[in-house]
Amino acid sequence: MSKRIGMEIAIAAAEAVALCRPEVIAAYPITPNTHVPEHLSDIVAEGRLDAEFICVESEHSALSACCGASGAGARTFTATSSQGLAYMSEIVPIVPAMRLPVVMIIGNRALSGPINIWNDQSDIMYQRDAGWISMFANNGQEVVDMAIQAFKIAEHKDVMLPVNLNLDGFQLTHVVEPMEMPDQKEVDAFLPPFKPLASLHPDNIVSMGTLGLPDIYNEACKARDEVLKKSRKVILEVWKEWKQKFGRSYEPVEGYKTKDAEIVLLTLGSMGETAEVAVDEMRKKGVKAGLIRLRLWRPFPFEEIRKAVKGAKVLVVLDRAVSYGGPGGPVFSEVRSALYDQPEKPFVMNQIIGLGGRDVPVVDFVKIVEKAQKALKTKPMDDYEIYGVRGS
Amino acid sequence: MNIVENFDLYAPKLTDKKEYFSPGHRACQGCGEALAIRLMCKALGKDTVIVNATGCMEVISTMYPTTAWELPWIHVAFPNSASVGAGVEAALKILRRKGKIADRDVKTVCIGGDGGTFDIGFQALSGTMERGHDVLYICFDNEAYMNTGIQRSGATPFGASTTTNPAGAASIGKSQWKKNITEIMVAHGVSYVATACHSYPVDFMTKVRKARKVKGPSFIHCMSVCPTGWRTPSSECVKVGRLIVETGVFPLYEVEDGKYRMTYQPEFLKPVELYIKKQGRFRHLTPDRIQEIQDRVTLEYRKLMDKVEGLHSWKELAD
Repeated sequence: MSKRIGMEIAIAAAEAVALCRPEVIAAYPITPNTHVPEHLSDIVAEGRLDAEFICVESEHSALSACCGASGAGARTFTATSSQGLAYMSEIVPIVPAMRLPVVMIIGNRALSGPINIWNDQSDIMYQRDAGWISMFANNGQEVVDMAIQAFKIAEHKDVMLPVNLNLDGFQLTHVVEPMEMPDQKEVDAFLPPFKPLASLHPDNIVSMGTLGLPDIYNEACKARDEVLKKSRKVILEVWKEWKQKFGRSYEPVEGYKTKDAEIVLLTLGSMGETAEVAVDEMRKKGVKAGLIRLRLWRPFPFEEIRKAVKGAKVLVVLDRAVSYGGPGGPVFSEVRSALYDQPEKPFVMNQIIGLGGRDVPVVDFVKIVEKAQKALKTKPMDDYEIYGVRGS
Repeated sequence: MNIVENFDLYAPKLTDKKEYFSPGHRACQGCGEALAIRLMCKALGKDTVIVNATGCMEVISTMYPTTAWELPWIHVAFPNSASVGAGVEAALKILRRKGKIADRDVKTVCIGGDGGTFDIGFQALSGTMERGHDVLYICFDNEAYMNTGIQRSGATPFGASTTTNPAGAASIGKSQWKKNITEIMVAHGVSYVATACHSYPVDFMTKVRKARKVKGPSFIHCMSVCPTGWRTPSSECVKVGRLIVETGVFPLYEVEDGKYRMTYQPEFLKPVELYIKKQGRFRHLTPDRIQEIQDRVTLEYRKLMDKVEGLHSWKELAD
């Protein structure tokens, strides 16, 4: 039976991961994600989880050790943030290329510089194209649920890809929330033991991570792209099963009051909950506002995005990262690209907000909806705006 | 691979006839490293997982879809064979504990070149050794980044010309001395550390077998002649490997729990010049520079002898 708990989300994430019985955990401390591995090491030290916990000397080694462990057939977990993820980045694209189903929790934090330990999503966006399944949680319950789902998705025989689960640093990692924590029996029934396709053992000789010359590299890339796109089917199946077993529903894209909405906000991560409040306020004022929360970042849910924005006049994509010198925030450029060919589409504008821990209260979303109302009449000059820059 | 007739008669217990590193790989002619790898595999035997850093050996042995490895093998990247190995070792340990794999010892062996060991993989190596993983790390040192075209590394010797510190009117090539990786490993408290060279196959294989038996980290520094990068004829690979030892430039020794022991000690050391003159990478060196190297080699050899004669094993000291 699931248990109702009140817990810091990072701690709850570690508890949920432990329920999945990971066999090798390799992690390096970094704010704001540290509580996840810290608490996992507590669980191992208490003897509640039989796992090898490797206190590596860097994040580069953390993900490297995960490759070795997963290659040898162990269920493998790591967690990091920001600079740590950047330091891993040499290894990040190798993990999906080797089809190693490592699960990683990322407590999203701004990338240096200037050095900043607070939340935005520039860290994961920097790794966007690496070939991982990538998803975002809005709150503590979703972190718990998605951590468990992540192993099932990653290790599915038709997937065998790494999954990163993103939760906003501090805004989620350090917040105490009420949650339902599944029990061990329920998780065991949901998540079968890891069955690797191949593993490093003399009883079954295999070479992993071989050299791909130009005659094969192309094909390897195509295969990676296809398997990532196909993982969508398994992700949806796993979410469906989760709903049946635990009653909580997960979709690649989730709408809130979008049915008749003229102005729709699109968020990724925890600010979706604040934006909901803003939508309610605007509705009270008679503004037809709605909200789309993007949960699945890779594989990108093109179809669902198209469906979700139908009927909207203005779509405001809220990004928490900048693509410097580019077309706007990374979410914006994907969404606009998804809509480009559509005969009927909303005007898409981009507000980049909440960088490096800058607070985004309800009033900011209200102001952004007002900007969108203006855009209904006169389209803004710029594709994107970094919102709330002082002195501008 | 054809084996000499009556092999068992001539070399009864020296080595395993089975090849775990197949012929047909793309190593250069006369590659000392490929020879060393072949010997290493024979000494390790079947219950081994190889973790390979990026470098010549990975490139020449695993062009997809072919592989020269008849042992389980993994390569992830350049700087991390020690940390990938840590993960493999941890996984083998817990999977065995949980009864998911056969209940027998399988040794994790990490290999890397000098670049992957002395330089870019140094942190990962230090971490794995410090954490005490049951891993044997073998560095195949050919004294430069040969895979990318003979660039200077921390293992390149004083006076060698490489493509990133070439000799010229204003340069003698590398102007610093080689990093002493063996001593750094001893300083980590690694209980078995040894130097070796493919030109002394029995010595090397004995050390590999010894290191394999250690429960915990062990380290072998295997000097591997690279005819391409050292600019020597391919046919002289083994000879040059002998000269590096006979001149005292690279002495063969082992350090067991802090106790130093020479495993091959020539009665007299040959002049370093004999070794240097064999190689194009030292071609520009003037007699006074060669003398400078000779003086350094003599001093380093004396320092080593001082340790061999003076130092006790940690076990003795504990008693």
